[in-house]
Amino acid sequence: MATALATSLRSKFEFELRGRVATPFTYRDRQVFEVLSTGIPEIDISLGGLPRGAVTEICGPPCSGRTSVLVSTLASRTAEGEVCALVDARDSFDPYLASVAGVKLGKLLWVRCQNIDQALRATDLLIQGGGFGLVAVDLTDIAPQTVRYVPLNTWFRFRRAVEDTPTALLLMEQEANAKTCASLVLRLETQQARWSETRDAGTQDSTQYPYARLLKGFRIGAEVVRSRVPPVMDWNPRYGTDGRNASRKLETFKTEASWSFRG
Amino acid sequence: MVFACIYIPDFWVQAVVRTEQKLCGKGVALLSGSPPLWNVVAANPTALRAGIRLGMTKAQATDFAGVQIRQRCEPQEKTAHAALLNVGWSVSPRLEDTAVDTLVLDLEGLETLWGSVEKVAQELAQCISKVGLVSRIAVAGNIEAAIHAARGFAGITVVAEGQERESLSNLPIDVLSTHQDLRDILERWGVATLGALAALPVLQLSERLGQEGVRLHALAGGTHQRSLVLAELSSSFEEEIELEDSVEELEPLSFLLGRLLDQLCARLEARALAVRAIHIRFELEPSFESAVQAREDESRKKTAAKEYRKVLTLPSPVRDSKMLLKLLRLQLQSDAPASPIQKIVLRVDSGAPRVTQNGLFTPRAPDPEKLELTLARLAKVVGDSKVGSAELADTHGPENFRMKGFTAAPVRNGRMQRMRLSTAEESGKEIAEPKPTTGFRVMRPAVPANVKMRAERPERIWFRGMQGEVKAASGPWRSSGDWWEERVWDQDEWDLAVEFESTRGKTEPGKNTFPLCGVYRIIYEAKSQSWLVRGFYD
Repeated sequence: MATALATSLRSKFEFELRGRVATPFTYRDRQVFEVLSTGIPEIDISLGGLPRGAVTEICGPPCSGRTSVLVSTLASRTAEGEVCALVDARDSFDPYLASVAGVKLGKLLWVRCQNIDQALRATDLLIQGGGFGLVAVDLTDIAPQTVRYVPLNTWFRFRRAVEDTPTALLLMEQEANAKTCASLVLRLETQQARWSETRDAGTQDSTQYPYARLLKGFRIGAEVVRSRVPPVMDWNPRYGTDGRNASRKLETFKTEASWSFRG
Repeated sequence: MVFACIYIPDFWVQAVVRTEQKLCGKGVALLSGSPPLWNVVAANPTALRAGIRLGMTKAQATDFAGVQIRQRCEPQEKTAHAALLNVGWSVSPRLEDTAVDTLVLDLEGLETLWGSVEKVAQELAQCISKVGLVSRIAVAGNIEAAIHAARGFAGITVVAEGQERESLSNLPIDVLSTHQDLRDILERWGVATLGALAALPVLQLSERLGQEGVRLHALAGGTHQRSLVLAELSSSFEEEIELEDSVEELEPLSFLLGRLLDQLCARLEARALAVRAIHIRFELEPSFESAVQAREDESRKKTAAKEYRKVLTLPSPVRDSKMLLKLLRLQLQSDAPASPIQKIVLRVDSGAPRVTQNGLFTPRAPDPEKLELTLARLAKVVGDSKVGSAELADTHGPENFRMKGFTAAPVRNGRMQRMRLSTAEESGKEIAEPKPTTGFRVMRPAVPANVKMRAERPERIWFRGMQGEVKAASGPWRSSGDWWEERVWDQDEWDLAVEFESTRGKTEPGKNTFPLCGVYRIIYEAKSQSWLVRGFYD
């Protein structure tokens, strides 16, 4: 009886959804993602990189290293010759620093928005346009309360648009909002700022000799909140490990201040 | 030698119909003259059958129902002729621009490329129909025989070599290009066809009509030989349309633009070229105020119509009229003309079409055509100056970059770095690990702040209603420049680790977008003697 009812319901659903959904009761095969390098060895070894054809969220409070990850990823992608796009929701990207970090500015399409509405529309256009290796949407300067109001179907639409394409969609926010649409959610937090140690500055009061001190960078912690990306699929030629047994615990990495890159 | 002649019957009428498709198949009469003395100067066979006669006044012509009356438009004739030339050049580089409605092509040696002369003629007819004209084509062994056959016979005619006299014998004397006086004389003699003229003894004809008579005799017999006068290759592509009623809305304007672009693209295709840039020029209707002003000041000459000009430059040459129309629409939506449009002129800078062959290992990049469309759409959303790629300026001043148009330039070898790494690995060299750079977020514009100094170093900071204690400081890093210009800059930069203590009003939970505990870059501007928060490290 139950089987007959199930069959009847199934055929009814299939009839109603004909032309829109080809096989509503067939599970899709688990997606195998191609990954791209972030340029940060610790993250790449742990995760393999960011998945293409999927949505990745990088979240964290202000000053937690989100921009460092973004700049590093852009540098890595543009160095490979890929064309990337950055949707800057509050026009806060620093091209000079990006250039110092190795981002090929000629390969980066920078869309300087003024609000989240513009940013989401620009993202839509870029994904539909296609051909970008990475589309990064920087919503970190938008108040989390505002980003929470973005309808879930927007994230679903983005996910569907990048699916089966070589584009990696990177969302930078203070909180993860895309829910199940994100294939990878990475949360960052600053552990400490690193200052240069000098003979004069080696005192208890860190403000005493400001002229003898430089900001060296930050120590940043990264934690995988959610991941549908299987552990590293390919052998990573750069780091010499396949990372299959890499753990997903909190990874820490150091960033360097831009002055340390100048010769 | 084999020559093909292209003849466009009722060329003036066809030039008008070409830009107004709704006139296809209808009787059309063209007026010319200075108002109010308008006279019919051209009409197509349908209009003539309806009773229209050349020389009629406008009032007489408008009485015929079913006949569309238009003004003769010389610019449209010019563009139609240019289109015809482009078609001719697409088949043969040896071309004579005989008349505005007549071209002669040298087909010698084209058999290997196109096949038989019939095929060439068919190809020509197809190309001409693509640019909106109906043609008559004749192929013959000499230039004049081809011209006369094209003028006399409809469709495609091939005159066999040695059969020129027989083929042309039934054509009327009117097909010959000669003075009206001579035609009248021949008419008085009862000579009505080329066959009759060719049958006259040439000596007696010479005695009565002189050398012109001998020339006409040779023309009628199809034996007149002359060399081709080659036309110079033109690279100008322009289409224009003058509207009877001004257009204000985008939709009807798009329709007109689409048609012009179709014609331009067909012309470019005929020459194996593509669009590099489009120059748009609209002549606008004078506004009401200026019209009143012009009327008041009678001594002043009629004010010239206002113009709207725009240039659409494409990063790579394109020949897709639909895509070009979309780009034009987006341009016009973002910057619409101020008044209704009276005349549209589109001029195209041409270039060699893009070669789309990419290497197997070329990194992915957006399709240039699609990218251009995406950029135009993005510009519509965020503004023209807000989309592109940044280019660093040669200065150490603040905001040391400018925006430039984005083009996905081809990469010689995108995998170069990876290859270098592999090579380095193979050779056993140590690979330098990439070092992530500390990110920095710029506050645009910089936020004013108050800073309390103690012993020449910042101790406390107030901004956006918050008060923070400086935990660590680095600076001041002094820089200045551009003192010879108005935008002189002279500033002290500080990197401050700040911990904010109190929140007054502006930092409710879920609303703050800057760190309550982080490292900020603060600047002291000597010119304005003020403190500003430039941004923070992230």
